[in-house]
Amino acid sequence: MYARGGHFQRGVRRNKETRIEFVMQCQICRKNDATIHLTEIADGARTEIHVCEHCAVEQDIAVKSHIPINELLSSLLASQPTDDELAGPSGAELVCPNCGYTLAQFQKEGTLGCPGDYEVFEKMLGPLIEKAHDGNTTHRGKVPSSAPADTKEQIELLNLRQRLAVAVQNEDYELAAKLRDQINETEK
Amino acid sequence: MKLTDISNDINEWFDGSGPLGDTIMSSRIRLARNLAGYKFLSRCSTAEKTEILNRLKDVITSLDLGDKVFYVSVDEAPTLNKHFLVERHLISRHHAFGKGPRGAVIAEREFFTAMINEEDHLRIQVLKAGCQLSLCAEQINRIDDMIEQKVEYAFSPRYGYLTACPTNLGTGIRVSVMLHLPALKMTGQIEKFFNAAKDMSLAVRGLFGEGTEAASDLYQLSNQVTLGVSESDVVSQFENAIIPEIVEYETAARSQLLSNQSDILDDKISRAMALLQNAHLISSQEALFLLSHLRLGINMHRHMGASTPAIDKLRTLCGESDDAEKASRLSIAKINRLFMLTLPAHLQLNYGKSLDPTHRDALRAQIIRSTLNQDDPQQG
Repeated sequence: MYARGGHFQRGVRRNKETRIEFVMQCQICRKNDATIHLTEIADGARTEIHVCEHCAVEQDIAVKSHIPINELLSSLLASQPTDDELAGPSGAELVCPNCGYTLAQFQKEGTLGCPGDYEVFEKMLGPLIEKAHDGNTTHRGKVPSSAPADTKEQIELLNLRQRLAVAVQNEDYELAAKLRDQINETEK
Repeated sequence: MKLTDISNDINEWFDGSGPLGDTIMSSRIRLARNLAGYKFLSRCSTAEKTEILNRLKDVITSLDLGDKVFYVSVDEAPTLNKHFLVERHLISRHHAFGKGPRGAVIAEREFFTAMINEEDHLRIQVLKAGCQLSLCAEQINRIDDMIEQKVEYAFSPRYGYLTACPTNLGTGIRVSVMLHLPALKMTGQIEKFFNAAKDMSLAVRGLFGEGTEAASDLYQLSNQVTLGVSESDVVSQFENAIIPEIVEYETAARSQLLSNQSDILDDKISRAMALLQNAHLISSQEALFLLSHLRLGINMHRHMGASTPAIDKLRTLCGESDDAEKASRLSIAKINRLFMLTLPAHLQLNYGKSLDPTHRDALRAQIIRSTLNQDDPQQG
């Protein structure tokens, strides 16, 4: 399966890599400029493909950007095995006890019925959320001041761990050591 | 405050000032928020929507924003006023033409808007001239903190701020910049910019947001990923990586025009001057497109010291030569003023009544002619 994107998050970590590459040769014809850049993810392995529009058509490489969220949901639901334990005969028949919403309605309207839907439909929405946010699954960033202390701490730890991973990746060991100390301090 | 109090001038973030103002017209950050304890809008009754509207309206109008605010009841506003607010980027098209009780709290200087009952219960935005995303981020965070003292937002430790559409989940932040990229367009490189933006998970939209054509070489570029990246990550990504790259490529394209394709450049600028100074009927789309070329010419002289026959003539037209008083007469702000004031709803609101398209085209042409020709000594 081919999907556009995937570069943004990497850019956040390593600014040097976030370049808008204007001149790149097509990997197939080696003549035209590559204007279509695809990332293939299969069995956890990631391959990048850079081709011109002509070769993309020739090779039947489907290009569809900004897929509407409800279309994305339809394709994800179709590709998922039915989880009998979770949703009975079909995930699509699950109803939110708070707002009465079903996934079929989400598919039609593209918006959810209430904040609780994220929990009710978690199994089905998870892959969609991951796909819409470049593989990310967990919040980083601002936390309301009214949130419980352990929530703030939990998110702070996530932030610190992510920054530590970036520091290690960038071989900035001085920063990594500082972050490790902060993590230890927060975990106490 | 009436909309006609602001309709005959541009807002402060559209005057061409601000850092990197020749390429980055404006910076905008918006946050999407929902109140805890309520359903999302698609499942709310009219009574619940009214309750949310009144509650948020009271909270936001009572905040100290450093400027007076006014409230617009969007569902009750005349159609022309809705179009006007969209043209001015004060509310979204979705908010203007949606359903049910909804409203907007707007700062008089127009740097801040709160859209209540748009797709989410609350969407707040801060706008600034040029490239000033850090300042936008600082201000919107402060305003968000103030609102948060008075209401409880729907929030989950795993998914962050919960939004009606999963695409806004997490921070709920949309960082966008309005770019003027005429040289990339003229040199045939704009498609590459689109593709590069998509590869970085950025969305490119036209002047008036989703689904609109890019008019006048103006494009809005915004982030799409809102989960798993912090607000400051997104802002610094724009400020330190994305914007410098785009500015560099647009500047390179301008240099390329000057050194290798000055005939094309001069042709575009000369045609734009001739048409704008003489046309008696001009559509909004055509005006935006031609004004873009004048803007390019003036900026190329100011920032690169460019001098070609067409640019020199444009400078004379702009009163830019040696006379300081004249120099201010047709500034970039004046071009931007023409950009905004000749948009259909602006024209009609300032004229005082609805006009059919032909009358609008005539009025638009007249405003542009009188602005440009008053500065041309030959045409008086």
